[in-house]
Amino acid sequence: MSIWDYANPKKFIATTTPLVPWFFGLAGVSLVVGLIWGFFFTPDDFRQGSTVKIIYLHVPSALMAINAWLMMLVASLIWLIRRHHVSALAAKAAAPVGIAMTLIALFTGAIWGEPMWGTWWAWDPRLTSFLILFLFYLGYVALWQAISDPDTAADLTSILCMVGSVFALLSRYAVNFWNQGLHQGASLSLDKEENVADVFYQPLLLCIAGFVLLFLALVLLRTRTEIGRRRIRALEMRARRQEVRA
Amino acid sequence: MTLRVRDLSVARGGWTVLEGLSFDVAPGTALILRGPNGIGKTTLLRTLAGLQPPVSGEIEGAGDDVAYASHSDGIKDALTVEESLAFWARVYGQDVPADIYDAFDLGDLRHRMAGTLSSGQKRRLGLARLGVVGRRILLLDEPTISLDRQSVNLFADFLRDRHLGQGGSAVIATHIELGLDAPVLELAPFAAQAGAAGGSDEAFL
Amino acid sequence: MIALIARDLRLAIRAGGGFGLGLAFFLIVIVLVPFGVGPEALQLREIAPGILWVAALLSALLSLDRIFALDYEDGSLQLLATAPLPLESVSLAKAVSHWITAGLPLVIAGPALGFLLNLAPAAYPWLILSLLIGTPALSLIGTFGAALTVGLRRGGLLLSLLVLPLYVPTLIFGAEVARRGGEGLAVQGPLLLLAGVTMGTVALMPFAAAMVLKVNLR
Repeated sequence: MSIWDYANPKKFIATTTPLVPWFFGLAGVSLVVGLIWGFFFTPDDFRQGSTVKIIYLHVPSALMAINAWLMMLVASLIWLIRRHHVSALAAKAAAPVGIAMTLIALFTGAIWGEPMWGTWWAWDPRLTSFLILFLFYLGYVALWQAISDPDTAADLTSILCMVGSVFALLSRYAVNFWNQGLHQGASLSLDKEENVADVFYQPLLLCIAGFVLLFLALVLLRTRTEIGRRRIRALEMRARRQEVRA
Repeated sequence: MTLRVRDLSVARGGWTVLEGLSFDVAPGTALILRGPNGIGKTTLLRTLAGLQPPVSGEIEGAGDDVAYASHSDGIKDALTVEESLAFWARVYGQDVPADIYDAFDLGDLRHRMAGTLSSGQKRRLGLARLGVVGRRILLLDEPTISLDRQSVNLFADFLRDRHLGQGGSAVIATHIELGLDAPVLELAPFAAQAGAAGGSDEAFL
Repeated sequence: MIALIARDLRLAIRAGGGFGLGLAFFLIVIVLVPFGVGPEALQLREIAPGILWVAALLSALLSLDRIFALDYEDGSLQLLATAPLPLESVSLAKAVSHWITAGLPLVIAGPALGFLLNLAPAAYPWLILSLLIGTPALSLIGTFGAALTVGLRRGGLLLSLLVLPLYVPTLIFGAEVARRGGEGLAVQGPLLLLAGVTMGTVALMPFAAAMVLKVNLR
């Protein structure tokens, strides 16, 4: 049997129903362990003090904010090429989760930035890129909500996702360019993954795993809800048709 | 070129409305579509015109040979009658035949802005468009709406003499007797069953 | 395609307001800025390139929803979709006529409004050049946005939400050209990137717009 069998809504629901609690459970365990480990059993950074520990929320959420969009892009392409409804609905389901991740990344960034840079917000290339990503998410969700016909909505949002990806990437480079132009040689570098020591690294990996699992659990749950909604709509339409005929 | 339709199913709003349609429309002939409101006449014509994909079945000979006329005529209020026709002729790479104005009784209105025309006159202008596009198969959706008896006759003459008589063909959804010697296709027997396959909602039921 | 551009331009002229409204909006935004930030000439000079570009972008946005909406309502778009002209060409033609009615006037009016903001003299040629190269991208991206929202009754606000993030690269490079030009720095980098973005939109956006038009006409 091929992987495309899961593109059937009923098959998808049947397969994922027993999986969702496991994903939630594993996500919970790795997040609790990872965060406690990270917050209480790692030394303070010699330069940043204990503020560095927000890294355990900031980095995983930022990572998932981008990966959620990538997942939406892949799901959109699958919908456009193979017309699998579950794929389109999964993309729809992932968007609000992606928004949440982007917001967490932005807020934790601000909380971290205040003691480190003395400001809640700087037009640093990375922060700015995330803000733009947030706008793309908003547009995507708004377009889904504005269109009543589900197939039309799936088609249009998929194309928007493709075009948006190109422009999001372009904006990322444009923003890098723009900020360099503003203050030559950016003094505030957010590149810290490269220099984290092993003591910080292991709990961080665990937190990232936790966020990935949490994302999967939420997207599966939301996809199932979307499938349910779509099914209700289909049943209502059929009932109305039979009424007209009778 | 004969328009051939084989075992065609068409859908509207995620639901199959007509299924199992097969018919031929040979050059020089017309086919009249009949059926109650909502049966899917417009959907069928839109599918033949290529505006929406069929659920299943085959359409041969349509493609670049068809011209579609919907309920709305696409008339711009700020263009004159002459400019409107010239525009469509240009889009289709054709010349405007000099006698088209007389055929639709638009001679006196040539330089009037379309916005100042009555709805019947606008409809005549919309139908005159079919005379300048040079397409062999006309797909007409209730072409006689808001036309008076005399204009209906004008249009029937146009169809018979200038279009069908020249080897063109037409599929017409209409409730009015056009006086054409054309077979009538009653669509009611082809209405899709409630459980018909192919609609996009099917996967969820 | 030329027939369609000619028709749209004729309609824009006859309907009136086609050229005027966007320009008036551009003027008003520029006039409002000093009220907001204060009249100091040096401060205005510093922000002038960016403000001019943002204002140009907003006034281009203003007329986007009319690109397809009128043709959609009166049925012309359906008829065009069944005409031998491919929808890609229709989209390109629409973008061209939008640029001629909304973009080109901004290129011409931009320098005049630069005086109001005390734009650095050296920036004028670069402002004109950047607008000339950048505004076509605004029209092309906007055409895609208009095609996306053409079937929606209250699509105007959504259109802005969808299109504005797509304008970010053009805005950044365009304003950067004008700013660097004014400060006597090298402009070649952002200028080439701006041209690159525009070329990319010329190549891609008509196809994307045609795809969504087909979906919306279904």
